[in-house]
Amino acid sequence: MEQLTTGAGTPERTRIVLAEVVRRRDHDRARAELAEQTQVGDALVRGLVRAQLALALRLSVVVAIGLGALPLLFAIAPATSTIKVVGISLPWVLLGVVAFPFLVAVGWAYVYLAERNEQDFTAVVRRPER
Amino acid sequence: MDNPYTVPAIVAVTLATLAIGFYGLRLARTTSDFLVASRVVSPTWNAAAIGGEYLSAASFLGVAGLILKYGVDVLWYPVGFAAGYLALLLFVAAPLRRSGAFTLPDFCEVRLHSRGLRKLATAFVVFIGWLYLVPQLQGAGLTLTTVAGGPYELGALLVGVVVTANVALGGMRAITFVQAFQYWLKLTALAVPVIFMVLHWQADGRPPVTPSDGLTFPAATSLVVEHHATLTFPDGSTQEVRAGEELTFQAGDQVPHVSGVDTANDLDWLLPGNDAGGLFGTYSLILATFLGTMGLPHVLVRFYTNPNGAAARRTTLVVLALVGLFYFLPTLYGVLGRVYTPQLLITGETDAVVLLLPVAVLGSGMLGQMLAALVAAGAFAAFLSSSSGLLTSVAGVISTDVLAHAGDRGPGQRGSVRDFRVAALVGGLVPVVLALNVASLDVSQVVGLAFAVAASSFCPLLVLGIWWRRLTDLGAAAGILAGGGAAVGAVLVTILGPPLHGWSAALIAQPAAWTVPLAFAVMVAVSLATRRRTPPDVGTTMLRLHAPESLRL
Repeated sequence: MEQLTTGAGTPERTRIVLAEVVRRRDHDRARAELAEQTQVGDALVRGLVRAQLALALRLSVVVAIGLGALPLLFAIAPATSTIKVVGISLPWVLLGVVAFPFLVAVGWAYVYLAERNEQDFTAVVRRPER
Repeated sequence: MDNPYTVPAIVAVTLATLAIGFYGLRLARTTSDFLVASRVVSPTWNAAAIGGEYLSAASFLGVAGLILKYGVDVLWYPVGFAAGYLALLLFVAAPLRRSGAFTLPDFCEVRLHSRGLRKLATAFVVFIGWLYLVPQLQGAGLTLTTVAGGPYELGALLVGVVVTANVALGGMRAITFVQAFQYWLKLTALAVPVIFMVLHWQADGRPPVTPSDGLTFPAATSLVVEHHATLTFPDGSTQEVRAGEELTFQAGDQVPHVSGVDTANDLDWLLPGNDAGGLFGTYSLILATFLGTMGLPHVLVRFYTNPNGAAARRTTLVVLALVGLFYFLPTLYGVLGRVYTPQLLITGETDAVVLLLPVAVLGSGMLGQMLAALVAAGAFAAFLSSSSGLLTSVAGVISTDVLAHAGDRGPGQRGSVRDFRVAALVGGLVPVVLALNVASLDVSQVVGLAFAVAASSFCPLLVLGIWWRRLTDLGAAAGILAGGGAAVGAVLVTILGPPLHGWSAALIAQPAAWTVPLAFAVMVAVSLATRRRTPPDVGTTMLRLHAPESLRL
């Protein structure tokens, strides 16, 4: 992976535009805060980690309820397992067919939301409030 | 069985694997190529490769066999095998890729800087790898015996030797392509026959899967008795049989229950909640498979070949979809097996159902034999790909963490290509010897145990290491020893010990429900007690694990 050098060494070649100089400086400052573990930088990272963990845990709860509750349901209310869907009993339909698209859907939602969290984080770092 | 297509099909798959391996060998020049495929593998290839590596003998043969035997309760195996990738995606995929670690011992060093912990992790990687390899080789032995009548030992040896040679010569770069090819081969090998078989079942007038008056033989069947047993027929009559006797059943005869062969009767098979361990067993299995996947060494290695964290996430999602797609199929084999191969319920060798079903359903005409050969080739692809992946990771940790130090190189130095080859030979030899000497259990059950060990050792390490700042090296080591150690003990008792009954049997046969919480609890408690040992650079590490690469920090 190519590593852009900032500071000492050969500087990155950039086209100089007046407006961009200001933006870049802010950007660099925020990056430095992250890298140097100042209080601001640390709080930013903690916020990101907390947001991503909360997202993962929320979706785990969705799976725990959607799939994890099934054995309990079948045990408490055996009548549910004799329900037929297109001639096949419900547990077979749920576990043999529906479970897989359900998992993929949760995974898709996670990828979408996790990337949005990261974009929010990047936006805060790139454009710090003044 | 005299199927003229089977042996050529198996030979073709083996040769194709070797050929792609040697083609890769010409591309693999550096140690980095050997170990991590130089990180130039595209996400689509990578996802297919992960899928190909993951769908082992347990998925290809074992799941259908368990469904034939036990019915709806074991559907949790395929669901859990797929859901494991969701847990991996939610908690591990992107941060692990960003950590730059490519094996679990590497992760220990990156996150906690502890050589001791690294050694402990190495030991667990090798144990899990071998535990997972043995049933693959046994499955190969079973396949060769079933489809070609060859001796059991030959199949296990053949796969062992081919895989060891391929890994030792080609390394990771080569097998990425092999694995991706094998995912599609496996999917085709199950999907095409099942289409024909379902059509045939329709044309047969849809014989019921659970007939009201018990299962019957679809055709005349004769079996040779191997052990003394008691047959119980559905009408209540019993018959004693002795070893060497030949039993003959006519088409339409009822299928008896055999003492000593553990199968579910019709109602238990159809409805949930009747398996041996009850609700505890089911939840234990769910925990082991959902959380175990992230701790499997051959799965984690693959994440390093993604270019960045976001790509690792997308790859995992594609894998989840590919694996989920595959798992529709074994269920159909298990269900059809009840109609067309009930004799397996008498012998107990239900792992063979996938291999026998095409001929049993479609007859021994050319179509049936061709499809049976395709399934056998797919099964061999399953053994070859999973075993290659496992052996690569086992050899990787042996060469970097065991051999490298013997060679008087500094810590952190990657082993040489020669070390890797020696490690592959050692890593391949041990499971071959074990497979030939340890009694055969259900393939999926042994794999389930490997998942339980992974879930009780590496899952807490990864989840807490990635999300919890206060984890310490001592805490991690204590948690792995307590949870993983307990799970290893349970595995050894299950495989080597005497049969157990009652609650102890449930606790030992499906240990995850108590070993996983134990591992988490010990890890957290000891970490809090050794708070001073929190690594000073944990802030930097967290930043590296979680910040998107687009910031270029």
